[in-house]
Amino acid sequence: MIERRRGLTVFSHAVLWCGLAVVVLPVYLAFVASTHPLDAVLTAPIPVLPGDMFWENYTAVLTGDVANFGSAPVVLMLANSLVMALGIAVGKIAISVISAYAIVYFKFPLRTLFFWLIFVTLMLPVEVRIIPTFEVAANLALLNTYQGLILPLIASATATFLFRQFFLTIPDQMLEAARIDGAGPIRFFIDIVLPLSRTNIAALFVILFIYGWNQYLWPLLVTTDQDMGTIVVGISNLIQVAEAEPRWPYVMATTILALIPPVVVIVLMQRQFVRGLVEQEK
Amino acid sequence: MGAIGIRDVRKSFGRTQVIHGVDLDVADGEFIVVVGPSGCGKSTLLRMVAGLEEITEGEIAIAGRSVNKLEPKERGIAMVFQNYALYPHMSVYANMAYGLKIARKPKDEIDRRVREAARILAIEDYLERRPGQLSGGQRQRVAMGRAIVRDPSVFLFDEPLSNLDAKLRVQMRLEIKQLQRRLGTTSLYVTHDQVEAMTLADRLVVMNAGVAEQIDTPLEVYQRPATRFVAGFIGSPAMNFLDARIAEGGDLRLPELEDPLARHPGASNHAGRAVSLGVRPEHLRPPENGEAPGFQLSVDLVETLGADTLAHGRIDDTRHELTARLPGTHKVAEGERVPLTVDASALHLFDAQSGQRIAG
Repeated sequence: MIERRRGLTVFSHAVLWCGLAVVVLPVYLAFVASTHPLDAVLTAPIPVLPGDMFWENYTAVLTGDVANFGSAPVVLMLANSLVMALGIAVGKIAISVISAYAIVYFKFPLRTLFFWLIFVTLMLPVEVRIIPTFEVAANLALLNTYQGLILPLIASATATFLFRQFFLTIPDQMLEAARIDGAGPIRFFIDIVLPLSRTNIAALFVILFIYGWNQYLWPLLVTTDQDMGTIVVGISNLIQVAEAEPRWPYVMATTILALIPPVVVIVLMQRQFVRGLVEQEK
Repeated sequence: MGAIGIRDVRKSFGRTQVIHGVDLDVADGEFIVVVGPSGCGKSTLLRMVAGLEEITEGEIAIAGRSVNKLEPKERGIAMVFQNYALYPHMSVYANMAYGLKIARKPKDEIDRRVREAARILAIEDYLERRPGQLSGGQRQRVAMGRAIVRDPSVFLFDEPLSNLDAKLRVQMRLEIKQLQRRLGTTSLYVTHDQVEAMTLADRLVVMNAGVAEQIDTPLEVYQRPATRFVAGFIGSPAMNFLDARIAEGGDLRLPELEDPLARHPGASNHAGRAVSLGVRPEHLRPPENGEAPGFQLSVDLVETLGADTLAHGRIDDTRHELTARLPGTHKVAEGERVPLTVDASALHLFDAQSGQRIAG
């Protein structure tokens, strides 16, 4: 804002606080619910202040030490989700940065065709190809494995496209200077292109980690073994218990725990790519 | 050790030929400037020497061996780019050391060479900074430092001063000249700036439309331009050209005027020929006492530069436009008729069709 009027400042802060409240309130209520016994949560009025069951509820869900809970320990599910999300994020970035490098810097027959082939897959969401993908995964004995969770989701047209666009902005002279310095394609990639892509990689990592973390349909299909279940699938299993009221404090505790890794990733990587943005020089 | 031989080199992009056979021999230690308007092929020629463009036809040799098939790094060249092309994520030191590091030189040798180059260029204080933290002139020095540490047999400069402001450009021009003298390294320098070309070059290559129109010392290019294009390109303000005809005895006549404009001894063999008569603005002068003026200039516009005054006008109210550069002390007003004359020795005659120099 160019003008600095007091009323305006107060107003914009008020709007910000409202927005914040809308976002934070459900999370807060979830946290409150996770610290009470079940009957406290089910009777009106619902509690608005944290209760005294924090340690009990959280240790119970983390260790899976709950009778008839119908789910693997949350620690295990968190670990599964972490492996899957990291695998997807790292794998997608690794594959797309290499494909984009090939498409931008190498001349090979049908180069444009291959680029458009990759690009066209953007138009096919996971759901469209889920049955054939499941068939393939089943035939390769990938069900109930980390590879099965990760590999089918790893190819990324979006990331390839983003890296391609970024590489096109690196001046040609950079490549020529590197050629004169004697850098071959691999050295140029490692010494020049990757460091210059640092900020893009950081931003993409955050987006892709959350994308992987939030996967629901595919993990639901490809894992039948409870020990391979992911946290997002696990939460929905907790709610759909047969012939009983869901145990909301445990569900909410699990939900809060499921929030933590994406938040940690965002906080850590944000620092990374803000620093990158500050140092950016052309 | 750093001689360059360019033999009948041609370059085509697809079906479009952009360089039509250039021959050039550069002696070891010589400073050659290739100058020409945008799109004349000068940068392409340089990039072929560097190995960044393939040579369609002909041969380029550096230090006596053909480099047509060699990678840029094997040619013993170093290049300074217009936009510097420094690696933004590396320190100045790392930028300069990168080529040597790839060549697997020992650490202490790299260090010695980088520090030596930094000392020559007075950038020792910036070695740990990133290119983004440097000014344009400092970046330019780093780019030259990166070239120097490679200890190449040939320096290639691709319009290295175009991105600098006017004052810095003059300073860097002097520095490049001194540096090249000091190192004695053969240099090929591409520019579209004729002042840079004239001041830096041992010899000039004036290119136009993929052809080297003239290869000669700056003074020779200025005094005896080989073609009308060269004559018009080198010199500021540009040379005046008049459509004239050579009459009997070497008289140069404009069709509209009764009296011949001048008489040129070398032109008498070409009587009857249509020519482009070239005369530089600085060679037009007011007649001395008792001397008959060659013609009157009807002044349309006056530009006062201080040291000089540029008078733009037409000869005796004809359509023939002319610019004269007169001493700053010479008062001229717009609308005035100024008597002017020119020495026959300062006239240039070019064939009206081919643009080739005829005589003078």
